Amino acid sequence: MHIEKIINPLLTLVLAPLLFGIINRTKALFAGRTGQPLLQSYYDLWKLFRKGAVYSKTTSWVFRLGPIVGLAVVISATALVPSGGLPAIIAFDGDVILFAYLFGLMRFFTVLTALDTGSSFEGMGASREVMFSALTEPAFLVGLAAISKQTHSLSLTGMLAGADTALWSHIGPVQLLVAFSVFIVFLAENSRMPVDDPNTHLELTMIHEVMVLDNSGADLGFITYAAAIKMWLLSTVLVGILVPHNGNAWIDISTAVAAVFILAVLVGVVESSMARLKLLHVPQILFIANALSTLALILVLR
Amino acid sequence: MSFMTNLVDTVIILVILTNFMLLGSSRLRRCIRVTALQGILLGILAILMEDGTPTIHLILLSAAIICLKGIIFPFLLIRTLRDLNVQYEVEPFVGYGTSLVLSPLVLVVCIWLGSQLSLPMGVTSSLVAPVAFFTITCGLFLIVSRKKALTQVLGYLVLENGIYVFGASIATIQPVLVELGILLDAFVAVFVMGIAIYHINREFEHTDVDRLNRLKG
Repeated sequence: MHIEKIINPLLTLVLAPLLFGIINRTKALFAGRTGQPLLQSYYDLWKLFRKGAVYSKTTSWVFRLGPIVGLAVVISATALVPSGGLPAIIAFDGDVILFAYLFGLMRFFTVLTALDTGSSFEGMGASREVMFSALTEPAFLVGLAAISKQTHSLSLTGMLAGADTALWSHIGPVQLLVAFSVFIVFLAENSRMPVDDPNTHLELTMIHEVMVLDNSGADLGFITYAAAIKMWLLSTVLVGILVPHNGNAWIDISTAVAAVFILAVLVGVVESSMARLKLLHVPQILFIANALSTLALILVLR
Repeated sequence: MSFMTNLVDTVIILVILTNFMLLGSSRLRRCIRVTALQGILLGILAILMEDGTPTIHLILLSAAIICLKGIIFPFLLIRTLRDLNVQYEVEPFVGYGTSLVLSPLVLVVCIWLGSQLSLPMGVTSSLVAPVAFFTITCGLFLIVSRKKALTQVLGYLVLENGIYVFGASIATIQPVLVELGILLDAFVAVFVMGIAIYHINREFEHTDVDRLNRLKG
């Protein structure tokens, strides 16, 4: 195994929490505040990891298992994602589907954890999470199917390494459509603004935050860290679809990382300039993502 | 694939996207704006379709299309909207989500239909005919499935846009006179419908077409 394949997972594990910091600073800038330090999420994680967890008597072993499985799953997903022209550690035909469903597994355990607490509040959040993910999943998979068909590859490494300049001049619209669709999926999956409001706590409107209300200490730390890694991985996929490579490994990697940070700034801009959609309108925006993905697939298959 | 074909494809995909937006948006005002955008895209398409340097006819025609469909129609429609004091919701018979799910399927059918047709030479992009069908279908669908009379005008405009794209796909150099005639027709139609809707609204205090059934003797 080549040693440079380790670079991407390492970057992911180290830099992922920084994304939250960047988003928060962007939002602070828009609101005219100074905002929290860029490294705040690292301090938070450090604080959480040192704390003991409190478990309710109604919960069972599932509740303790959930956060660990979530973190384990996203860490294994880092092995599948190529970035900046470097191949992933593990690449095989069809790893796209494994990638999509690793997140599915994580979601499944988050939902189980939420249900295990017996709180009706968390059950509500779980139901919403499942409903929206049922709509984001086809959009994501159909979009990636379009890219897969276009690059003649069934593996993420092949699909995302193919985004060179020649491809761009050839069939740009498809990539743009898929990228936009994946961006909507990205916002929904990471519980960002038009779908979910990550700032509110104890509100009836929220989705992801409500499911982890009962987690504390290191468990909450695992969940936050896993959420950060998930965000990093999905943005890497989005960046891989859009950003061309030039061949020089150092330039490519730094471009990819910079693009991920730019994406985080973009998320901050979206969050500052949009309000959260009404819950009834959320499926509509996800339908749009589906329609765009399908359109891209139709264009490629034509 | 040349750069020009790619550009034509991009504009055509944007036309498809405007159709999606029309089917998925709930606000009358946004629908009007999207229709305007579609008109402007058609104006651009008229120039792009031509191989080589565009003639003066073509530039004038494209300017006329952009002016009429992109500026005058929306202006007239938004003025009507203001005079009507209607609710801003479109009020669909078929929901937005359903429309958005159905539309890619319809697009597939249109692409199949386009591949069955043996079109004459001179078609710049293989997407043109399918998108023409798709736009026509969207126009018809808007007329049938939305309640407000104003949306029907929009549906009619989208229908006309589709016919225009189809015309453009058959003959790259159309007689300018025919095209101007169609534009004039559309202009008069929008003008008359605007006035008609205004009067309907004054008589009956609403513009819901399903309630106009009462008028039948």
